[in-house]
Amino acid sequence: MKNPFEQLDRVLEHRVRLQIMSVLVANDSYDFNSLKDVLNITDGNLASNLKALEKEKYLSVSKSFVNRKPNTKYKATEKGKNAFKKHLDALEELIKTQR
Amino acid sequence: MKDIHDYEGDIASIRSAMERSVKFLSLSGLSGVLAGMYALTGAGLAYYLIYYPHPPFGFRFYYVDESTIVLRLMLIAAGVLALSIITGYLMSQRKAKRLGLTIWNKTSKGLMANLFIPLITGGLLILILVSRGYYGIVAPACLIFYGLALIQASAFTVTEIRYLGFSEIVLGLIAALLPGYGLVFWAFGFGVLHIVYGAVMHYRYDK
Repeated sequence: MKNPFEQLDRVLEHRVRLQIMSVLVANDSYDFNSLKDVLNITDGNLASNLKALEKEKYLSVSKSFVNRKPNTKYKATEKGKNAFKKHLDALEELIKTQR
Repeated sequence: MKDIHDYEGDIASIRSAMERSVKFLSLSGLSGVLAGMYALTGAGLAYYLIYYPHPPFGFRFYYVDESTIVLRLMLIAAGVLALSIITGYLMSQRKAKRLGLTIWNKTSKGLMANLFIPLITGGLLILILVSRGYYGIVAPACLIFYGLALIQASAFTVTEIRYLGFSEIVLGLIAALLPGYGLVFWAFGFGVLHIVYGAVMHYRYDK
């Protein structure tokens, strides 16, 4: 049996990143302001964590303008969805073994 | 290394982020109860217009065919609708504030779009049929289209709304089978059912 701790995704061990991926897995896409609203965090905190996830290619970014205001949409990539699922499985395994 | 409780917290946060991002959870149960009370009051007024002094059950001695009565009934219905929407908006706004959410977000937009497409379709159809004199269609069609709208919108909010939708549809179909009892079914569907489901939601989520 593999050690479930090793199966955890290092990027997703961060709470905010995990929540961002949860939102993107549950929805087709989500924009910056709606994410901020749901997660209740500051612009800076959200932006830096989105950057980190983008760097890992866990999400894709598309920028457009809505009523002349910039609108940035985020989408989970296949890689991101798989990583999220694997991380969730590892969490489940961890809690099972520790009980 | 993180503690086991941190991982349990991680799972709880996944759950809440998913739920909050998909569903409009600020819907106030109490506003449903109030909407039900407005509907019962409206039905009471309508009863005075149509039936008084006869009981609202059983055989009717005359039909709703005078255009002044139809107009007044429509005004009552519009008043009930407007009051219910205002109450629902204000009370949900308060609840959203308490939950740290905004009222106008991705989930409430999804809820509104899904609610209003069947509702406006039904409303227009009913107005067209009424203008042609098919008054018997009003109560069953109101209930059925409202039920369809609720089921459609329930993907964006709490599950109780789905069951309320099914109840309204069943009631609407029964109302269609029993012409002449329209007002009684309308009062039950928009009054009693709103009060019951509103109270259930209040005790489940707002306590």
